[in-house]
Amino acid sequence: MAISVFRFAPKTWGAADDVEAVAPLPLPPMASPMVVLSALMVLCLLLFVTVGPLLWQQSPSQQWLSQISDGASSAYSVRIVSDNGDWRPSAKSDSPRGLTIHTANTEYVRLHWPKLAGVERYRIYRGDANKPGLGLAMAETGDNYYQDRLQLSREVYRYTIADAETGLLLLAREVRPEPAMSAFEAQLQGLIPLGGNEEWVDIPAHPLGTDALGRDILARLMAGGRTSLFVGVVAPLLYISFGCVFGAIAGLMGGWVDQLAMRFVDFVVALPFLLFMILFRVAFGIGPGENGIMPLIVAMLVLSWPGSARLIRGQVLALRSQPFVEASRIAGVGTSRIILRHMLPNVLPMILVAFSFAIPQAIFTEAFLSFIGMGVSPPTTSWGALCNDGIKTLLSHPRQLLLPALLISMSVLAFNILGDALRDATDRRSGVVRA
Amino acid sequence: MLSFIAKRLLSGVITIWFIATATFFAMHAVPGDPLTQEKAMTPAVRAQLEARYGLDKPLFDQYRLFLGNMLKGDFGISFTQENRRVNDIIREHFPISAILGIAAVLIALVGGIAAGSVAAYCRNRWPDRLVMVAVIAAISVPGFVIAGLAQLVIVAMNNAAGKTLLPVAGWGSVSQIWVPALVLGLGTMAYLSRIMRASMLEVLSADFNVAAKAKGVHGWRLFFHHQLRNAVLPVVTELGPTIAAITTGGFVVELIFAIPGLGRYFVQAVQQLDYTVIMGTTVFYGAFLVLVVVLVDISYGLIDPRIRLHRGRS
Repeated sequence: MAISVFRFAPKTWGAADDVEAVAPLPLPPMASPMVVLSALMVLCLLLFVTVGPLLWQQSPSQQWLSQISDGASSAYSVRIVSDNGDWRPSAKSDSPRGLTIHTANTEYVRLHWPKLAGVERYRIYRGDANKPGLGLAMAETGDNYYQDRLQLSREVYRYTIADAETGLLLLAREVRPEPAMSAFEAQLQGLIPLGGNEEWVDIPAHPLGTDALGRDILARLMAGGRTSLFVGVVAPLLYISFGCVFGAIAGLMGGWVDQLAMRFVDFVVALPFLLFMILFRVAFGIGPGENGIMPLIVAMLVLSWPGSARLIRGQVLALRSQPFVEASRIAGVGTSRIILRHMLPNVLPMILVAFSFAIPQAIFTEAFLSFIGMGVSPPTTSWGALCNDGIKTLLSHPRQLLLPALLISMSVLAFNILGDALRDATDRRSGVVRA
Repeated sequence: MLSFIAKRLLSGVITIWFIATATFFAMHAVPGDPLTQEKAMTPAVRAQLEARYGLDKPLFDQYRLFLGNMLKGDFGISFTQENRRVNDIIREHFPISAILGIAAVLIALVGGIAAGSVAAYCRNRWPDRLVMVAVIAAISVPGFVIAGLAQLVIVAMNNAAGKTLLPVAGWGSVSQIWVPALVLGLGTMAYLSRIMRASMLEVLSADFNVAAKAKGVHGWRLFFHHQLRNAVLPVVTELGPTIAAITTGGFVVELIFAIPGLGRYFVQAVQQLDYTVIMGTTVFYGAFLVLVVVLVDISYGLIDPRIRLHRGRS
């Protein structure tokens, strides 16, 4: 491997002939607006997953069963109602004037109307107040009252009473039921303590809505981001460190060790990445109660280290024969000192660049694996797992896919731009040896 | 050249052996085995099944058996789909993946080269900017999201038209190939167009380009014979990894678009711990990818005579 380009002359030697004349850059590439923006983006994402859960203290696995796949909602209070059995109006209010609503909440709506002469049976319709038409026929009754307990939600309804025989419309009224929940259900969801007799329960706001199981999307995005970014940073950190040590040893030892090590690297590189990622991920297994992050990281470590090993080996080989290394060796500097003081500073920029490009790669891999259900296991979640949940409701609630996808894309984009900038900066300034 | 090919083929064979070995031992390190199911099994039945699949033999014997059968091109019988041979599964479903993959590679290649060339020709003008923004978007959005969005767009389009312009998912007709193939090739297309733009820019400012223009070559002839042929080389080098990325990326696209390709079977087999199917498909995919890389290496030498010269000298 001949090293033709040698741009390692220290600055004090003046402009050596072989130093490429680079026009001075008016703006250092690290400070371009794009880079600043993506650095800010990374910072925001990190804050989002670390500080976010402190500010937004909702559990990502709490299910709000009354709000399945809801859009953005604000906080509201819910009345706890216990009496939910059969109902009939008390005798003294037997003849109300017009259609009277006794109580209207989302557990039940109680209707009462005067007996009309000549009508044997009444038919009750319930419809959406904003839509034309009578809506759903709820019941037919000979009494002059009715209790509606069928899947009420917080909309405006219009009740219409009609003569069952002639179909003649008699009375109509619009009503908006107040939010309510039966005591039993509130206890079931853990909103009130067992045997408690609270009258109101607060339902918190969901600024980004809820998912298909009624869980707060904002809280889930924060929890998922923690997994995604953790894997995205820790896995590259591990495998690049390992690759660097491996490559450095190969490069420094040289000879048959180097040959053998590099053959091994060749084989590992040849393994089809995603295939083996899935295979190893299964092979390392997930015990009950584990979240599956560790197997994921180990699988990435096993498969991804060869890239940086090759890179560092090449650098070390190139550096080893550099005059300044030979000079220090002749001057009697010890091997460890040469490695630490002369070689490491020269390969460090490359390691950093490799690291910054490995992060988006790792985030992508994690997302892909979690998406096909081979990543983290529930209840732990990640952006990829959220996308997997979201794609099932894609056609009706696209937000549940788009929000985690947006965060994945943003972080990948930001890290890519940072990596690009870092590469340009190290390329121009420190003049890493090109082998 | 011949010794170069022989050398590449030999290392390819060793690589395939390595893949097979790694798969085998990774597979057997998995806790549990395919015979463990919800339904309890009497020890006698279990012993018989184990004997049938060779699971009762020592691990090393199993390994030898597996390698021997693999050399004969026989990957055994599936565990979960009874009496279905792995070879049949591959034979039946790989062509579907292959058609999808070929379409995707073609789209990525043609699209990437065209977009990259246009961007280089219009450097720093709006077509260039447009291409670069699209490239950044396509690189940073995961493939499964693009697939989902594509389905959303198709549904919206079909609704707007009031009839089925394009099927949302499934397999069987020509119109069902293009959308998944485009989705599959999009990331690669973006990557290739970035490379193409850089190398085309280099070619456009090269001396031989100026010389060709001075000779009076112009139009398509200039583009195809003088510029494209030189600029396309870095793209060809990327072809091997590209095909690898597209074949494995196919898993997700096959899942989302409900395409009965081999990738879907692989994911399914891994979830069900179907030893034979996993080993069969992994070795098959691995061998396929190794072969592609070798072919690309060889074709690189054919396209660029300079490479052959260098190789001959060193």
